Amino acid sequence: MSGGTGLSSAEPEPPLRRPNAALGWLRDRLGWDNLTHLAAKKEVPIHRYTAFYYLGGMALFLFLVQVATGILLLLYYRPSASEAFESVQYIMAEVPFGWLIRSIHSWGANLFVGIVLLHMASVFFLKAYRAPREMTWITGALLLFIALGFGFSGYLLPWNELSFFATRVGTDVPAQIPWIGPLLSRILRGGSDVTGATLSRFYGIHVAILPAITTLLLGLHLLLVQKHGMSVPLSVRRDEDRGALRFFPDFLLRDMVGWLVAVGILAALSALLPWELGKKADPFASAPSGIRPEWYFLSMFQALKYLPAKIAGIPGETLGVFLFGLLAFVVAALPLLDPGASRERPSPWWDRLATLVLVAALALTVLALLPAGGAGR
Amino acid sequence: MPILSAMKASEVAAPDDTSRRRWIRGLLGTSLGATIVSFLYPVLRYLVPPITSEPSQSEVELDVKASQIPPNTARIVPFAGKAVLLLRTASGELRALTATCTHLACTVQYRLERSDIWCACHNGTYDLNGTNVSGPPPRPLTKLDVNVRGDRIVIRRA
Repeated sequence: MSGGTGLSSAEPEPPLRRPNAALGWLRDRLGWDNLTHLAAKKEVPIHRYTAFYYLGGMALFLFLVQVATGILLLLYYRPSASEAFESVQYIMAEVPFGWLIRSIHSWGANLFVGIVLLHMASVFFLKAYRAPREMTWITGALLLFIALGFGFSGYLLPWNELSFFATRVGTDVPAQIPWIGPLLSRILRGGSDVTGATLSRFYGIHVAILPAITTLLLGLHLLLVQKHGMSVPLSVRRDEDRGALRFFPDFLLRDMVGWLVAVGILAALSALLPWELGKKADPFASAPSGIRPEWYFLSMFQALKYLPAKIAGIPGETLGVFLFGLLAFVVAALPLLDPGASRERPSPWWDRLATLVLVAALALTVLALLPAGGAGR
Repeated sequence: MPILSAMKASEVAAPDDTSRRRWIRGLLGTSLGATIVSFLYPVLRYLVPPITSEPSQSEVELDVKASQIPPNTARIVPFAGKAVLLLRTASGELRALTATCTHLACTVQYRLERSDIWCACHNGTYDLNGTNVSGPPPRPLTKLDVNVRGDRIVIRRA
């Protein structure tokens, strides 16, 4: 409201009076004072493991990259057996920057799963799942399974040779569960075999069902992180207080540097190694030699190769599925199985067991990557 | 607020009327449960795909001529919606086997250099009779009848 005459005076008027009034109006109606108050109090402890706190934020950022690129891909993708491959080909070859969007989505998916696994490993070894954060771990474990579901369902969508057989195997694995297995496999496939009906179903799972479940679980996960704050590892608990970093803006700005690096890595990978499309799926072709799934399924894939047809009268795959299920259950229920950690006691046996499982998974993954492991020729 | 205080007032008015209250609660709970079940049932049924009548042909005459398959080669042919491995042994005999691996449903292939049947997915092998020889496959491949009428190949369920 300052008129021209006011310019002659030495003291300027207080600036931004009107925006403040508008902000005040909004603040009164939306009531975000509680939020800003909470945000101002949010802190991140400083100790020698502080760097691991960045993994969760990185996973969240990569997830949001997947959401954004996924939405963009939806605008051109067509979920049918006769058009899916061609529409992805069109995105890669014709649509301006289509190759970039799809490659970022594919590379981002892999990076995301990798970061989530690192996040989980750090939370495990620093025992951040002990009371009162059990539910944060459990929702996190469920989110990991959903991330794998995203990877598996998204893999089929380009409808190429590799994804076709990967889906045939992947949907035949649950069929090995006694009693309900065949029904489960039918529900997943949308029929008795992998066809266009499976593609429709996986599309729905990938773009609607899993995102809906993720929104709920991720919301709860993040809410719990805010509620309980950052966990301080047992080993640094009794050390003298080294202070804390304010989340806004100190920690967030550091987070953002990491996100910028992640975007750089994604863009570089996508430009230098655009994601391949392969050959269109043909239900009447043999599985190609050297076929293998994405890296995060390689350990399971390799284990399925080693399981003999029958072990003590039980079909090998049934036993395999049972073991995978048991592992998933132990991972999800870990805070309840390790009550010692909640009493602030170290749990070296759990550490040893987890190290053993990780080393075994790594060894199986390396074996699957060896040329002889894939082809057997 | 007025509604809340009215409810509180009614609670105060009948503090010992618990059996009626329990009955009403049970009734509400049961009908709520029944409503949820009646919503869920069609959804769950919807998720299970209907069993489509699979092509019930028991006999298919292929587009492939018998002379197009030289000894020690094979190809995948469709039979009643499924993949079938049609092969000619080195001695010249035509054989047909279901091509779906009995392990985890990949499609097998004929290995020329070893004259065996191999699944690329988990390294399972079968001999030319379809018997599972090594690797994880639990059962043999199913054999089908092959006949040659003129130069036409006819596959039939055994």
